Amino acid sequence: MNAILSLIAVIGLALIAYIGVNAAGLQFFFGIVVPYAAMALFLLGVISRVVKWGRTPVPFRIPTTCGQQQTLPWIKQAKFDNPSTGGGVIMRMILEVFLFRSLFSNTKFELKEGPKVAYSSAKWLWLGGLAFHWTFFVVLVRHLRLFTSPVPGFLNGIEALDGFLQVGIPGVLISGVVLLAAATYLFLRRVFIPNVRYISLAADYFPLFLIMSVALTGILMRYFVRADIVSIKRLTMGLVSFSPSIPEGLSVIFYIHLFLVSTLFAYIPFSKIMHLGGVFLSPTRNLANNSRMVRHINPWNYPVEVHTYQEYEDEFRDKMKNAGIPVEKE
Amino acid sequence: MYNGGKIILGLVIFVGLFAFPIFYNTGKTADVPKPSLDTPVINQMEKKECVESKEWMKANHMQLLDSWRDSVLRDGNLVYESTGGKKYIMSLQNNCMHCHSNKKQFCDSCHSYANVKPYCWTCHIAPKENEI
Repeated sequence: MNAILSLIAVIGLALIAYIGVNAAGLQFFFGIVVPYAAMALFLLGVISRVVKWGRTPVPFRIPTTCGQQQTLPWIKQAKFDNPSTGGGVIMRMILEVFLFRSLFSNTKFELKEGPKVAYSSAKWLWLGGLAFHWTFFVVLVRHLRLFTSPVPGFLNGIEALDGFLQVGIPGVLISGVVLLAAATYLFLRRVFIPNVRYISLAADYFPLFLIMSVALTGILMRYFVRADIVSIKRLTMGLVSFSPSIPEGLSVIFYIHLFLVSTLFAYIPFSKIMHLGGVFLSPTRNLANNSRMVRHINPWNYPVEVHTYQEYEDEFRDKMKNAGIPVEKE
Repeated sequence: MYNGGKIILGLVIFVGLFAFPIFYNTGKTADVPKPSLDTPVINQMEKKECVESKEWMKANHMQLLDSWRDSVLRDGNLVYESTGGKKYIMSLQNNCMHCHSNKKQFCDSCHSYANVKPYCWTCHIAPKENEI
């Protein structure tokens, strides 16, 4: 049900763009107003989310400890899985952000005959996630060719590598195909694994469908329903140089693609996709496990009035002596 | 803010990366390509027409050329019949470039604008152009 609702929502979005451009003639709105609004919402939203997280105190060290912590010199420490220094944390974050190390140690629980409980390694999610994120990144970077003129040199290398199969004209770019395939896998995984389906919400399906539809319209535009790339670049260059205009010859599929992308960007700060900033601000990842080496003082501790024994004795010395209670200072 | 320095540094990097095209493009003028049809052969034509309509060619010329290559090299079929019923020899160098002898002003104007790198000229010989 969650999945169907999300699918309907994404189809609805595509229809809004289709009707808006084809029937209502709102090219200016869908070509200029929506992208600018989406980008503003994305930037401000991400910044405010991150600042909000930054203002939240993290008084104590709460890293997930996935290995042996630093202890006696003859016991080997798991330096990246249980870092005790800043350098170890940086390595842990690099491995986490670029290679999804924590997902790599994903395990699967099984009940075998006997009945026996078995845990086995499960790498498909890690592989699918890695393929999905990296190809999405490559696709995003590749789109810079529409926003820069002249195109910077490193893009040529990326594109040459991406299209090195030289299949068809325009040449198949591997990243786009893998992106769609990986997103489809991540969706099917939610549908076919019962316990994953049980915990899947509309907020899980919606971004997946959105990204799948973005990839699909992109692939359609490149290979099947030809869109005029020169007009598209005139629009995007206008947007990026803040002198936007709607050129002739933009097809409706381009507007659908643009509207879906705008929706995705505007949706990011309010959704789970915010993990793109959240991964850097996870206290369970970015803190060194040095609770036993460094004193961490709770930032909201208020000054506590204390009445030490010495002060107490000063106050009541005479009375204590009279009562025969031993005192430390005569 | 806790660890404000690091978080703000991260945000500045994020915004900087996001705004890369804006910084990159400032001071550079993006010329909108205008493919030139000013060649001796085209100027002499009475009715200026390509093998198909201009709009269709604009969108599909690369796929047409690709199918021509397959047709000539794999099937040995050298004649293309256009939707208008006219027959053309399928040849990039001898037919396309006969009219469009100005590769730099015609092909390259859009291709370099959109950063498209067709590999036509890894096999074919690019026309020698007289600098005017």
